[in-house]
Amino acid sequence: MKGIEIKRILKNKSIVIGGTIVLLLILCAIFAPIISTHDPYEMNMNETLLKPGEQGHLLGTDQYGRDLLTRIIYGARVSLIVGISSVAISMIIGVTIGLIAGYYGGLIDAFFMRIVDIFLSFPVVLLAIALVAALGPGIENVIIAIGLVYWTNYARVVRGNVLSIKEEDFVQAAKTIGSSNFRIIFYNILPNTMSSIIVIATLGLGVAIVSEATLSFLGLGIEPPEASWGWTLAFGMKYIRETAHLSLYPGLAIIITVLGFNLLGDGIRDLTDNKLEKK
Amino acid sequence: MKKIMNKLLQLILVLLGITILVFSLLYLIPGDPAVTLLGQDATQEEINRFKEQMGLNDSYIDQLTRYIGGVIQGDLGKSYIQNESVVDIVLSTLPATLELAIVALIIALLIAIPIGILSAVKRATWIDYLGMIFAQIGVSMPVFWLGLLLILGFSIHLNILPSFGRGGSVFEALIKTITTGNLYYIFESLKYLILPALTLGLMSAAFITRMVRAAMLEVLQMDYVRTADAKGVSDSMIIIKHAFRNALIPIVTIIGLQFGNLLGGAIVTETIFAWPGVGRLIITAISQRDFTVVQGGVLVIAFLFAVINLIVDLLYTLINPRIRS
Repeated sequence: MKGIEIKRILKNKSIVIGGTIVLLLILCAIFAPIISTHDPYEMNMNETLLKPGEQGHLLGTDQYGRDLLTRIIYGARVSLIVGISSVAISMIIGVTIGLIAGYYGGLIDAFFMRIVDIFLSFPVVLLAIALVAALGPGIENVIIAIGLVYWTNYARVVRGNVLSIKEEDFVQAAKTIGSSNFRIIFYNILPNTMSSIIVIATLGLGVAIVSEATLSFLGLGIEPPEASWGWTLAFGMKYIRETAHLSLYPGLAIIITVLGFNLLGDGIRDLTDNKLEKK
Repeated sequence: MKKIMNKLLQLILVLLGITILVFSLLYLIPGDPAVTLLGQDATQEEINRFKEQMGLNDSYIDQLTRYIGGVIQGDLGKSYIQNESVVDIVLSTLPATLELAIVALIIALLIAIPIGILSAVKRATWIDYLGMIFAQIGVSMPVFWLGLLLILGFSIHLNILPSFGRGGSVFEALIKTITTGNLYYIFESLKYLILPALTLGLMSAAFITRMVRAAMLEVLQMDYVRTADAKGVSDSMIIIKHAFRNALIPIVTIIGLQFGNLLGGAIVTETIFAWPGVGRLIITAISQRDFTVVQGGVLVIAFLFAVINLIVDLLYTLINPRIRS
């Protein structure tokens, strides 16, 4: 059985390509000090704004003479930390609200769904910007802001799932034998919504990483000297008439990363959808 | 009719919610706005006078009800920094944002609809793969990076288009050109609009392409399409008359949602191209800590988006006879 499953996963191009990118990214983040050739924070005013390839700097240096490739590798850490933590926040808020709203229905459901409507009335970037404006810059605040913005997806999808699952026989049976609501929600219903949650979370990681880059690009996110891709890119734009590499490569890193998560998420969705059809 | 009233009632609730959320967000800002704005050297007397003037000494509930009351009367308070009403400031920048978003949407549709239809019709051919690669990369690309590429190409290397600023309203320029017969006005205005609108439009096109393709694929599998095919109706007729018209329903909804994305993307795009719209206003106001303006800008954009969503919702009912009854 297991062998067949793995074969099916490997046949899905989206998962293979996306998964490889994500895996490489994670390895980069973990082994950043080993792979990188320079110190990400050490400035060298004799080697500022070198072009790619000059003086042993594969992607050149930034305005403080720091090795750009090293900065980008360390940037993967920032992106992943922000991505994973903010997705965790949205997931906990969204899944909890979705489970409660779907299970109890009625006024509770109406109340939470109106809140979802209110959140959906903001262009998401705008809400994140407003939140960071209120909280102030810095990595923790960026995580909180992004986490508080993207929970609505989980809430809506989980609620929808719960509405259909709670009518199933096994839930009714659990009710009949006197299981508590808490037990039914977390032991009977939650596991059955897992595949949707995983898909949303995977796609959400890409969205969160772009959001962090955007906030940092606007000067509202991660603060220097932390190696955020968005910030490096924004700062590089000041030198764009002399050399474009400072902005181009961090942008490329963002695209490849987000592409990886998007492909992986799409692939997992296809795989789980097929499963449903086979049932 | 009853449905419309219901929707309107819901809209009012949502607008109220937005107002409370926006007000509370910026009320929670740590630190005293009076001290931040007047500087550390301000005397206690000056701070007190400022707070009295701005009503910052009242309780949260008092300030909130006063803010909501103001919003109902179209009053969003006064800017901390400029001696002007927030409504005037925001409304003076709104046309630039709307112009950018609308032109971007038109560009997006012009790109996305043909590619989406073609990808669906030629499913699993190289045309489809190319279209989907374009869409997948577009979706993954941060809007500011796309803007940067366009600036690099058109402003720096080719040096044919300006990379920042706005050449006056396109609408006004169009009227001037028509009345005077001089093309200079419209060119002068469009020159500045092209890069930001293209940036935003391409980003949006990537999303819409995927939606158009998915909607078309669904419709193409329908029995009535097969029937038309069996009857010998020509392919182009089937695609336009039978398939695309029915695929329009989900597409219109998505365009409505996409407009919110466009407004959000506009904030970033405006910052890159120094386009004098609401987005840039908000970002500048944040850096100046002019929070009444931030509040006002965010509120106006969110209201606009909520109203657009309602219109799309009603439009959806109009084009889909199955829901109308």
